[in-house]
Amino acid sequence: MRVVLAEDLTLLRDGLIRLLTAHGCEVVAAVGDAPSLEVALADPTVDVAVVDVRLPPGFSDEGLRAAIAARTRRPGFPVMVLSQYVEHLYARELLASGEGAIGYLLKERVADPAGFVDSVRRVAAGGTVLDPEVVAAIMARRAVSPLARLTPREREVLGLMAQGRSNTAVASSLLVTEKAVAKHINNIFTKLDLPVGVDDNRRVRAVLAWLRDEA
Amino acid sequence: MKRRTPWAVTGRSVGLLLLWVPCVVIAVFTLLALVLSAVGVGLPLLRVVLPAVRGLARAHARLAENALGRPVPVLALAVSTPAGSRDALGRVLDADIWLTGRAPDVRSLSLGDVTAVTVEPFRQGGRWLVDADAWRLLGWLTFALTAGLLLSALVVALVPVTVAALVLALVLPLPVPWVAVLVGGGVVAAWAWWWRGDALGRVRAEADAALLAPGRQAQLEQRVQDLAASRSQTVDHAAAELRRVERDLHDGAQARLVSLALNLGMAAELLDDDPVTARTLLQEARGTTSAALRDLRAVVQGIHPPVLADRGLSGAVEALALDLAVPVTLTDRLPGRPAEPIESAVYFAVAESLANVVKHARATRAWVRLEADGPLLRAVVGDDGLGGADPARGSGLVGVRTRLSAFDGTMMVDSPVGGPTLITLELPCAWSSPKTSPS
Repeated sequence: MRVVLAEDLTLLRDGLIRLLTAHGCEVVAAVGDAPSLEVALADPTVDVAVVDVRLPPGFSDEGLRAAIAARTRRPGFPVMVLSQYVEHLYARELLASGEGAIGYLLKERVADPAGFVDSVRRVAAGGTVLDPEVVAAIMARRAVSPLARLTPREREVLGLMAQGRSNTAVASSLLVTEKAVAKHINNIFTKLDLPVGVDDNRRVRAVLAWLRDEA
Repeated sequence: MKRRTPWAVTGRSVGLLLLWVPCVVIAVFTLLALVLSAVGVGLPLLRVVLPAVRGLARAHARLAENALGRPVPVLALAVSTPAGSRDALGRVLDADIWLTGRAPDVRSLSLGDVTAVTVEPFRQGGRWLVDADAWRLLGWLTFALTAGLLLSALVVALVPVTVAALVLALVLPLPVPWVAVLVGGGVVAAWAWWWRGDALGRVRAEADAALLAPGRQAQLEQRVQDLAASRSQTVDHAAAELRRVERDLHDGAQARLVSLALNLGMAAELLDDDPVTARTLLQEARGTTSAALRDLRAVVQGIHPPVLADRGLSGAVEALALDLAVPVTLTDRLPGRPAEPIESAVYFAVAESLANVVKHARATRAWVRLEADGPLLRAVVGDDGLGGADPARGSGLVGVRTRLSAFDGTMMVDSPVGGPTLITLELPCAWSSPKTSPS
């Protein structure tokens, strides 16, 4: 897997390179500011970008903007966005195109190296991985339709799906069988009126519906 | 601006008409005092009637405030009476003479007391005789007795005129043109009362406000006082904030880093002999790091939210609104980004107002409007909840007002019991870079 990495703090950048390399990824470019990131993203052979939200020269949300811009040039290009803090608003902007292949995690999630690399791989494969904090912020909001149609258990399953968990992982974390999870997910698809299609795509759509809904 | 109902306007005008009576009485005495001042004896009388004129002026200012919806300050009379004179007067009057007919015990009175009740009124009256503010006050009294009376009478008269014109048109056997004139007049009067009464009432209120406004010197003095007060509040507030940050760091992230260092140290010691325990300690260390970072995020959020730095006021309020349990509609009409300190002050003020909506209002929806009004930045936070928010009764709204006062900002709370609540924040603001939006 060919990765472009954008992180301005040298210490963290070096750590991430080591971590990704150790887990079998090839870091083709590691840059420290937004202009160099744009150059690196022009390479069409890159599989996924891991990008810090805040980058020089402006030290505001250049990384996020560069990621969104890269996806307008190359729709569905997988991007994993890292940040010291997570904003519900940014999650919505990242997912607005409706194509999935988006990760949005707190930087500290690298404390679980295997889990982190797994998330990057899932994003590269077109999945959606949201930080549990974003998920919790959305969960804290009042239920409004059409999500109000979901049972509490179905909402729980949807929340875990938004974090990028597979059916197996959802089942083990809720202590139920995989069959039960599949049933819940089918119910969710039906209740959210999602058209039949590739399963992965529907998962992304369900998460999107969930993110958009509460506005 | 909020439009007053015709009934409220008429009621206020009736009040002004009633106030006209004491105005006449006081004016007669004032005239007498001025005439007698030519031979000196009017001066003590002036000492008494001028404060009475000011009292009346204040009553008018109250009504003007009600009409205009803003404070109407009244010019002050420079009082140079020594502090002891009121006591002295009290001591003299308090003497048994009133009850028993016995003369006061003159020996208990000092020379100062005697001066205070005898010479001082002359001196004070004389000073007012040449005081510009005292004459402006008398100028206002003249207005209130003449043009002011006419204005208020006009508003009050519109109702009886309407009724009289229509009744006469119905009752009297008049030729058709006359009936038409009467009905037309009645309709015009009714229209003026219903649609223009507010404006008429406002003219009177504006005139009162302009004539009674304190002079430049007094305004500057007031300004200095306000600034001194807001500065000391700001200093207190800043000190309290720093103290809070210090405590948060001390009890939160700092403490967790200490425990992290302890865990790592122990893990290093045990690595060879007891790798299983060492692994557990390292896993704990990872959890502690997470918790320390969470604490730091909370502290940073309280100092200057990162999304505010990234996206400015509009983006930050949008992000804030997304995370609330009540649906919030944001209308953003800001022409650019205000200076950072102002952004921060407005952000926290809006955040506090919205937090109140969630906590107390039991609202089903809320809205925030950000707009520029000339040199003012205005933020309006409204909800459809219970109302009854009172900044005087504790709550975070007092803190908001303090925070805004450092920027010459104001907060107005309109929250009748039963709702809806409308909180309006206004700050003078220079607009900088034009807004850039995310691509």
